[in-house]
Amino acid sequence: MLRKRLISCLDVRDGKLAKSIKFVNTKDIGDPVSTAKKYYDEGLDELVFYDITASSDKRDIMIDVVSNVASQVFIPFSVGGGLRTVEDCSKVLLAGAEKVNVNTAAVNNPELISEASKAFGAQCVVLSMDVRQVVGTKDIPSGYEIVINGGRTPMGLDAIAWAKQGEDLGAGELVVNSIDADGTKEGYELNLTRTIAEAVNIPVIASGGGGKPEHLYDVLTEGKADAALIASILHYGEYSIKEIKEYLIGRGIPMRMIY
Amino acid sequence: MITIIDYKAGNLTSVKRALDYLGIESIITPDKDAVAGAERIIFPGVGHAKTAIAVLQERGLDIALKEAFAKGTPIMGICLGSQIILSQSQEGDTNCLGLIEGNCPKFVLEDPSLKIPHMGWNVVTVTRDHYILKDVKSGDEFYFVHSFYPLPAEESAVFAHSDYEVTFPAAIGYMNLFATQFHPEKSGPIGLQMLKNFSEWDGTAC
Repeated sequence: MLRKRLISCLDVRDGKLAKSIKFVNTKDIGDPVSTAKKYYDEGLDELVFYDITASSDKRDIMIDVVSNVASQVFIPFSVGGGLRTVEDCSKVLLAGAEKVNVNTAAVNNPELISEASKAFGAQCVVLSMDVRQVVGTKDIPSGYEIVINGGRTPMGLDAIAWAKQGEDLGAGELVVNSIDADGTKEGYELNLTRTIAEAVNIPVIASGGGGKPEHLYDVLTEGKADAALIASILHYGEYSIKEIKEYLIGRGIPMRMIY
Repeated sequence: MITIIDYKAGNLTSVKRALDYLGIESIITPDKDAVAGAERIIFPGVGHAKTAIAVLQERGLDIALKEAFAKGTPIMGICLGSQIILSQSQEGDTNCLGLIEGNCPKFVLEDPSLKIPHMGWNVVTVTRDHYILKDVKSGDEFYFVHSFYPLPAEESAVFAHSDYEVTFPAAIGYMNLFATQFHPEKSGPIGLQMLKNFSEWDGTAC
């Protein structure tokens, strides 16, 4: 039986690990390569690296990070942040990433998804979407709106429609990040996750709000997610990977346990 | 020395990095003579079967692989490399290399909650002994990403199964050829151990 995946997201700025809380007040909390290696040894199933480096002349630092991770960590990982062209994607894949993660650039230029999917295969292309709840309108019937630029720019685009479009364009997976839940540690946005998971036929990774193992259970069952993303509860040592997986297995969720 | 075949089919560096980590020498090459004369070959790949076959033919790598197979070179296929060694694939409805008789069907699933591709960690059950699988215990988990799967004509060519609504072959082999649908290079320590076992395998007929 296919396992549900426990994924952690590492935000990287200028080659250092950071974790954003509500997308503001970021602070460095360590080295991404040694953190990735530690999580790999502890049995994490997959990793996401998100490059939040502001200046483009420092982008190559990220390529070094990716390459160092790929030399020591033998689970799949994706890399996102600042990937605007197929060439950008190609660089991180050649450095050893399994998948690319596109967000703002894909909203601005949806062809990026189809071009990357054609060039590398759908399994390589993860469409990450930041979503916030709004009052439903004609353009946003679901009441879930896509926002870009790290949560700053609302697009007037319905999240469900965008998820379906992303799948049609050739995305192989979706990361659904609730901006309302992100950083709250009060649980994932279950309705949002379930609505999108039921609307598409590609795996959905829930993101934002995971604060304790019960939250993961909820989003992997009621939320119908295929995988759950955690960040701060792991980075700050509130729960270990083992504790989370044992909890989930104890409640009947199939998780990878032998490594 | 392991020769990794470059035929523009996805990320070949991850296999190389895993071998580097294990201290096993390897090169990535698109050269047909290097493949035909290789000591040991890894045939990786993700992507589309029909496109992959076209590139192999264009580079003369189809013939080089058949030559290497015929003279007993140990060969390990991974993912797409476990599919296009069969006679045919439904993906693009194409003839493939035919090193093992069989076909590659697409998953047809009834449960609407099961997604395609089959992506993630799944349990593998070993059904026949093989040197490369000697450290794998039934129940070990490996990383898969695929929509089609290898289906040899003879059950004797199947060494391990996995299950995604249907039971499908996860590892197949014949003579000096062995192949996994999953990615050992992305499957943690047990996957690395399989690559190490391949580097030591003498190619004894399966």
